[in-house]
Amino acid sequence: MSITTYEPGASQLLMGNEAIARGALEAGLGFASAYPGNPSSEIIGSLAEVAREMDIHVEWSVNEKVALEAAAAASFAGVRAIVAMKQNGLNVASDFLMNLNLTGTNAGLVLVICDDPAGLSSTNEQDSRPIAKWAELPLLEPATFQEAKDMTKWAFELSEKIKNVCVIRSVTRVSHARGDVRLAELHPPGRSAKFAPTMLGQFTPLLVTLKHNMLHQKVKQAREAFETSEFNWYTGPEKPELLIVTSGSGWYYSLEAVRVLGLEESVGILKLGTTWPLPEKLVQEHLARTDKVLVVEEVDPFLEGNLKELVGDTFSSLGPLTFYGKRSGHLPTIGELDPDKVMGAISTILGRERTDVDAEYAKKGQELTQSMVQNRMVGFCAGCPHRATFWSVKNALKLDGRGGFVAGDIGCYTMALGPSGFFQIKTVQSMGSGAGLACGFGNLGKLGFGQPVLAVCGDSTFFHAAIPALINGVYNQANFTLLILDNSATAMTGFQPHAGTGASAVGEPAPNVDIEGLCRSLGVRVEVTDPFDLGDTTRKLLDLMQCDGGVRVLISKQKCALVRAKAEKAAYKVRVDSERCRGESCGCARMCTRVFQCPGLVWDSERQKAKIDEVICSGCGVCADICPASAIIREAA
Amino acid sequence: MNEKDPLNVIVTGVGGQGNVLVSQFMGRALVRAGYHVTIGETYGASQRGGAVMSHIRISRQAQYGPLIPSGQANVILGLEPVETLRVLAQYGNPGVTVITNSRPVYPLAVAIGAARYPSVEEIMSALEALSASAWLINATDIAVELGAPILANIIMVGALVGAGVLPLRPEEVEQEFQESLSDDRLELNLKAFRRGLAEAKTRLPATPSA
Repeated sequence: MSITTYEPGASQLLMGNEAIARGALEAGLGFASAYPGNPSSEIIGSLAEVAREMDIHVEWSVNEKVALEAAAAASFAGVRAIVAMKQNGLNVASDFLMNLNLTGTNAGLVLVICDDPAGLSSTNEQDSRPIAKWAELPLLEPATFQEAKDMTKWAFELSEKIKNVCVIRSVTRVSHARGDVRLAELHPPGRSAKFAPTMLGQFTPLLVTLKHNMLHQKVKQAREAFETSEFNWYTGPEKPELLIVTSGSGWYYSLEAVRVLGLEESVGILKLGTTWPLPEKLVQEHLARTDKVLVVEEVDPFLEGNLKELVGDTFSSLGPLTFYGKRSGHLPTIGELDPDKVMGAISTILGRERTDVDAEYAKKGQELTQSMVQNRMVGFCAGCPHRATFWSVKNALKLDGRGGFVAGDIGCYTMALGPSGFFQIKTVQSMGSGAGLACGFGNLGKLGFGQPVLAVCGDSTFFHAAIPALINGVYNQANFTLLILDNSATAMTGFQPHAGTGASAVGEPAPNVDIEGLCRSLGVRVEVTDPFDLGDTTRKLLDLMQCDGGVRVLISKQKCALVRAKAEKAAYKVRVDSERCRGESCGCARMCTRVFQCPGLVWDSERQKAKIDEVICSGCGVCADICPASAIIREAA
Repeated sequence: MNEKDPLNVIVTGVGGQGNVLVSQFMGRALVRAGYHVTIGETYGASQRGGAVMSHIRISRQAQYGPLIPSGQANVILGLEPVETLRVLAQYGNPGVTVITNSRPVYPLAVAIGAARYPSVEEIMSALEALSASAWLINATDIAVELGAPILANIIMVGALVGAGVLPLRPEEVEQEFQESLSDDRLELNLKAFRRGLAEAKTRLPATPSA
């Protein structure tokens, strides 16, 4: 089942991201690009599934900047294009974006940014909306699944009208939630792509001030279009006691809060889908209904700030208004919102008691379950090659004994900052920053620095951002070892193919960029190891760390456990010989379960011995090598 | 059949148990039956053993938001018993119906011997005290018997539909399987679903302690 399976007019259960993709196809999309990153990955993922059938180009680009550049080229050549990214990806793409805004576009170009409030699958919870104000680009925020589709479709028209990028900002609870969406006709793209500038300097930002002035005019045009947009509406009484102004995910929470509290007669909701530039006339009309305004939005008080700016400009006509929201402390300035938080804000502002929660039940629930419910720490999967690699890293650093450490990066292996990777990762910032930091650490020798430096990155991260840092390290003769964890997948985001997997986004064979060959071409020493061979990996790491001077590379190559589970049978059947496992009396202090911590290995507290959970064990057999009593037996499966 | 509108259902479990998949099966069948459906999912680290849940909102009238307010769940389907308890404490109320798999997926702290997992009796007694009716289904054992432990989720869907708490008939779910599953997977999934249905039929709901 795909986003093109159903006929127009049908209702289909679509993920917010799929609805965005469907909207683009209904608008006549011809080109789509992205680097995977949650919560945005399924936009291009679902387009890739239907790329052949729709005869459009869909690609996983090497990073977000290239993705945006590629999509912009399509727009320049008259092809409607979409580019999707998570909030961190926007930062990578922003250099190009801050010039593209002045350049302008030709065919519709829609930039979808999916933010991740609370950082559920991210290293930050950046609110990306200020980019719209900064770059002076129109901003749309879908609140429902239907809107995610319809808004995307309309964004192409708006983009073409003002000849500039149109930004759609989604959040996890829109992108990664599902709802029924009514479908419209699909429109195949035209077949007359051609790059044909009609003016000197058309596709450049020059002359800067002239183009800047044109940009202001485009914003004005967008504002006018927003004044009558179907994505803005008000529900509630004529003169509400409290007016909620909300966008995106905040709308459903506000609606629910008002319903559950039974305040439909006293609280009104202005739902805005077009949040920058604000449709000023429309907003002022609604602000005039009341003197109390609550702003409900994720994550930063962006809308709140813009509303106040508007009120500041029109103070004489609107009169005094009291604003509630993040700055007043009625709603949190960190993390996600939910209906409960909005209910809390409304009842505090209006001084009403909440009757929606059965306090006695809630207390009983806490008492009865508290001692039984434990936190589930996330960690590497059973049979994950990263666990094996970091086991060797830990041992090699210990054997080396000079206080070496690992500069980390973004990917599943980031979890090595916790127990499942033996706390080995000491820094985490952005894609490729492990290698970048290593360039600095590795050139502090003159300043007294004597610790070996290991930088880590994954295969997809290597292509995305680690290559420039590696070249920098070579050129500036930094002293570090780059450890590339090549698991043949962009595993964290859902196994998208990349430049090193030999497959394209649409599942066709593609040239396989050889990581090892690329590194060798830089003239550095390169070793390759199978992380499941703990001895060999530890030896190679130690050897590389101890050969001082310049950059060295170790490629730790083993497929992701989840990829292996789908593609091949387990290599081993693993069991614990309960005769040989001496439990607490062994002296190993339960090394297999307490330290190695593979979910497939369980401490049987009744029998006081380790055992294998056969439902979870992936059969990699690595644990057989860590048991000092040789009690873990691996047999060919 | 439950007439509540919206009907709020939570499916909970541990990453890798197929939480998202069963919510989608039910959601698609419900959309086909003419309902508005919203499914909110928390699966940031789903594939790495984290707690996951899907909030399913079902309505004839309107589309609801992706998060159920605290204390407002009508039905909780648990693929893992302690996860069922976790969700019940936050989203339950005296009228909630609970159907849960009995097989634990040990949190790391339990697996490594640093914490204790509660007994079936302790879990059941808390479930009964906090719900209008609570069923414990040995879904993973049945799935192992069928040759694929992962099918526990489909067996649980069978039990849920068999319990009559969703506005869905068994044939509507089976039709969904037929449309979304490849031939080689269909038969086993139908078998698992029907075992779940049968499990619900033979079971008398445990009455809550008065």
